[in-house]
Amino acid sequence: MRKDYNLERRKYVIGGFILVIVVIYLFRLFDLQVADEKYKAFADSNAFLKKTIYPSRGTIYDRNGNIVVFNQPAYDIMFIKRDIEEFDTLDLCQAVGISIEDFRTRWNEVTNRATNPGYSTYSPQTLFTNLNPEDYGRLQEKMYRYPGFYIQKRIVRDYGYHCAANVLGNIREVNRDDIDRDNYYAAGDYTGDNGVEKSYEEFLRGRKGMEILIRDSRGQIQGRFEDGNRDVAAVGGRNLKLSLDIELQQYAESLMVNKLGAIVAIEPATGEVLALVTSPNYDPSLLVGRDRGKNYRMLMDTPHRPLTDRSIAGFYPPGSTFKPSQALIFLQEGIITTSTQYPCYHGYINGGLRVGCHGHPSPLALLPALQTSCNGYFCWGFKNMIDRRSKYGSSAEAFEVWKNHLVSMGYGYKLGIDLPGEIRGFLPNAKYYSKAYGEGRWSANTVISVSIGQGEVSATPLQIANLCATIANRGWFITPHVVKEIEDTVIAPQYREKRFPTVDAKYYPDVAQGMRMAVTGGTCRAANLPDIEVAGKTGTAQNPHGKDHSAFMGFAPFNDPKIAVAVYVENGGWGATYGVPIGSLIIEKYLNRHISDARRHIETAMLNASTAQLSEYKY
Amino acid sequence: MSINTDNLYRPSGPGQPIGAGSVFRYLDWVTLVLYVLLVAAGAVCIYAASYDFDHANIFSFTEFSGKQIRWIGLSMLLGLGLLLIDSRAYETYAYPVYIAMMGLLIVTIFIAPDIKGSRSWLVLGPMSLQPAEFAKFATSLALARLFSGYGFSLNSSRTNYFKALGIIFLPIALILAQRETGSALAYLSLFFVLYREGMSGLVLLSALCAVVFFVVSVKFTDLSIIGMPMGELAVFVMIMLICTCMTALYCRFPKAARNVLIWFLCTTLTLVGLGLIGITVPSPEYFMIGIIGVAIIYLAVLSLHEKTPRLLITILVTIVSVGFLFSVNYAFNNVLQPHQQQRIRVTLGMDDDLRGAGYNVNQSKIAIGSGGIWGKGFLNGTQTKLKYVPEQHTDFIFCTIGEEEGFVGSALCLLLFLALILRVITIAERQPRAFGRVYGYCVASYFIFHLAINVGMVIGLCPVIGIPLPFFSYGGSSLWGFTILLFILLRLDASRRDYR
Repeated sequence: MRKDYNLERRKYVIGGFILVIVVIYLFRLFDLQVADEKYKAFADSNAFLKKTIYPSRGTIYDRNGNIVVFNQPAYDIMFIKRDIEEFDTLDLCQAVGISIEDFRTRWNEVTNRATNPGYSTYSPQTLFTNLNPEDYGRLQEKMYRYPGFYIQKRIVRDYGYHCAANVLGNIREVNRDDIDRDNYYAAGDYTGDNGVEKSYEEFLRGRKGMEILIRDSRGQIQGRFEDGNRDVAAVGGRNLKLSLDIELQQYAESLMVNKLGAIVAIEPATGEVLALVTSPNYDPSLLVGRDRGKNYRMLMDTPHRPLTDRSIAGFYPPGSTFKPSQALIFLQEGIITTSTQYPCYHGYINGGLRVGCHGHPSPLALLPALQTSCNGYFCWGFKNMIDRRSKYGSSAEAFEVWKNHLVSMGYGYKLGIDLPGEIRGFLPNAKYYSKAYGEGRWSANTVISVSIGQGEVSATPLQIANLCATIANRGWFITPHVVKEIEDTVIAPQYREKRFPTVDAKYYPDVAQGMRMAVTGGTCRAANLPDIEVAGKTGTAQNPHGKDHSAFMGFAPFNDPKIAVAVYVENGGWGATYGVPIGSLIIEKYLNRHISDARRHIETAMLNASTAQLSEYKY
Repeated sequence: MSINTDNLYRPSGPGQPIGAGSVFRYLDWVTLVLYVLLVAAGAVCIYAASYDFDHANIFSFTEFSGKQIRWIGLSMLLGLGLLLIDSRAYETYAYPVYIAMMGLLIVTIFIAPDIKGSRSWLVLGPMSLQPAEFAKFATSLALARLFSGYGFSLNSSRTNYFKALGIIFLPIALILAQRETGSALAYLSLFFVLYREGMSGLVLLSALCAVVFFVVSVKFTDLSIIGMPMGELAVFVMIMLICTCMTALYCRFPKAARNVLIWFLCTTLTLVGLGLIGITVPSPEYFMIGIIGVAIIYLAVLSLHEKTPRLLITILVTIVSVGFLFSVNYAFNNVLQPHQQQRIRVTLGMDDDLRGAGYNVNQSKIAIGSGGIWGKGFLNGTQTKLKYVPEQHTDFIFCTIGEEEGFVGSALCLLLFLALILRVITIAERQPRAFGRVYGYCVASYFIFHLAINVGMVIGLCPVIGIPLPFFSYGGSSLWGFTILLFILLRLDASRRDYR
């Protein structure tokens, strides 16, 4: 049969057709397999369930080995959106114990990539955290009704002593900022908030581990990927040993009940903080669990701001507790010697200015001036320094010298304690006054109140305690810190090195002696313990919020100081009224571990005293 | 295979049958090698697709790959048997075989159990067979037999067309009755054969146009321009182009084509231009119809002078195209079932329904896409192993190749198929008789259809139509069906010299 060659050409059309199809498919395959990377990621999240293994968070001990913060199991409800089938929302809400509105809010939050950048329908997401064991038990029985949901065990904090919330801090769920800042975190993780939980977060949190499971299209786990060889074990967080003496802390907190203010106790030789009290305070366990948000808001709304740590963020005039620093500066600058006498007839009277003082012999030398907390003496010293143009050229330059000495003692800047939220206090400089009064148009008398710790000067109780520790050490200090040891590592070098203020060590014994005299026969006689040589200095700080603040700083034993303490009671009146008794009780408690019967009445009085109502501070 | 066939071979004159031994002498070894390669690759893929991470392979081996190996062994024997049958027998028994297979298809409708909604499987003891796969070679034989009739020419009489279409549409109707749409559609590929044997190219062209019009008008309905859906406008423009081109090239009236083109350009651009500056007419569709209508009247007047039927065909094509365009939307919205609409919308990339209709395709794209250039390696595919891809050892077997062997492997697989198809076409063309040629084109057409549709759906370019990938998809029916198709062709080809 003859062939029709016209028709035979049609083989090219048919052959060409399949050729074109194959070429199109090759392009498509190239596009899918080589050019586009997204399918590999899809495939991974499809097949691998990366299950996070949470490490246990480091335990926190006090300096004596008492367990202060430890871990408790809690349960989170997780879900994988893709695996969820129809379920009874109301039933789930009731089982979890939340309202349907809360459920909706939370659901929208979790399933929105704007608020939860890690959201994916394929990966596990945290719906609710911190179910307590009872809720867990109830829910576990019902879990089969909610495919796609599962319960994950987590760790929450529990507290051995319900105190020191300001030092310990707490943990909270990470927010968007945390995730952006540190790629360690994923939604639903916890991070430290406040206190050492925050500042030592990287030690406490450990390292998350990961279990790579293979799952099939129904979400059923088929086994471990490569027999678990690619799994990453979780590394537990490091334990911390605080420098706090938790019993002292508890005792100090009890003394501050119904008072506003702060107590800072430091071991002078090491800079270790023995107690760091702020009042009002709160129980750290309030900020654990599912009521954390509610309680947090409640604390935010509480008057007197319990969430502010007054010990490191209290902006207080140091009052007379400032005077030892003045004595040191004047001695260093050669303005006075221990034998220099200044007159004080109920105050400093100069150039139409009068700074009042109380009755004591006059004229008087440095040690009696410290003993009696003489305002006149330190005003004269300050005037003689600031206005000594022969030495400094101008008041402004003299003031800068004065200020720099104080900065070296830890005033005016953050001391650098290992806690978040410390403030720097305030030390004016010459520029500050030149701006306020005009260049060269101010002198010692214009700013005289700073010499007695009033006026523009502000300090935190920590800075006051640190000055006390410096004097106790007779000329140096170590940056105060609350963490004594970190498991398997050493604390940061700045907490191990001595810092030397710009005042020679040789001037300190005299100032210390003056403070000793204040206890034995001056303003702090209530701190004169029979068996412990205490040195101290009161402070009575005028302030715009009502009655004077009562302050005290002291150390003991005099010759081998083990504790330096600063007490600051807002609106407590005279330094001797609250500062001295509370400070002496702390010293006695720390050194003797108990309060002698003879001083029981002081303890009782302090425990029951209440000054918080006197505050006129407007919140 | 090296059977010494010399002593069996005797030169024979035209028309004289030759001994079976000479079959191997003139066997097309290229095709056989391609066949063996594809079947072997298919066996490996089924082993990989049914391999289970956990329960090693013993259980699965008996379940899928073990069975498949038995199917393969049997199909080799079957192939050998087919080669040993006298080539004339195929021609002689073409109609009886066809009639018998049609009978089997009818019987199947009534006795087959309902498996996933279709009644196409005959369960014979331990194995089940799908007669639709075996009807393929029977239909091919019948078609070849029809065309090999003395002086038969498709265009010589209209009855010839009806006979050919009857042979093709009988199995389609019977298989549709078994509710096995995919397999039924495969028979439509026989239109390639009709085309090769003289059917007007316009039929294929209009089929292509219909597909393009449908896709364009449905896909771009959501975008609107000058008050009408963009897809519709695009199809109108295409119709205008086709009308112009046909006038110029098919009717050979360049001047008339120029006039028509100028008319189309001026009016359409004015309409679009007005639309862009904010002046829209209420129903632009009817304006477009009007524009095309004027062109049609012009061509009709022209045809009165020129008396060429080609102008009338051009007019007809244009009118039918416009009619088709208007019926597409109606058909899409009113004739198709919601799930079918959904499937089409997903395929066209208009919807992203990853849990429903799009799930299979999305998962298969993920599996293939995750393969990369070189693939994850044999048995290392996670997506296919973990059953993310549904039907992974049957219709979606190509995923396993894509994931484990990567771009290189899947491209190689496609190229093997391409080589086989081109080889089959070559064999068909070298047949001295219409019987062999038509049969050969039938084989090529089935392969083209199965390859294009199966791979196309797996990589997300075609709607999901459940048809197997020849030699790869699990199952004996498909493997045997294609083996029979190919080996009969090889047998016919081996005897081609008899008729020189």
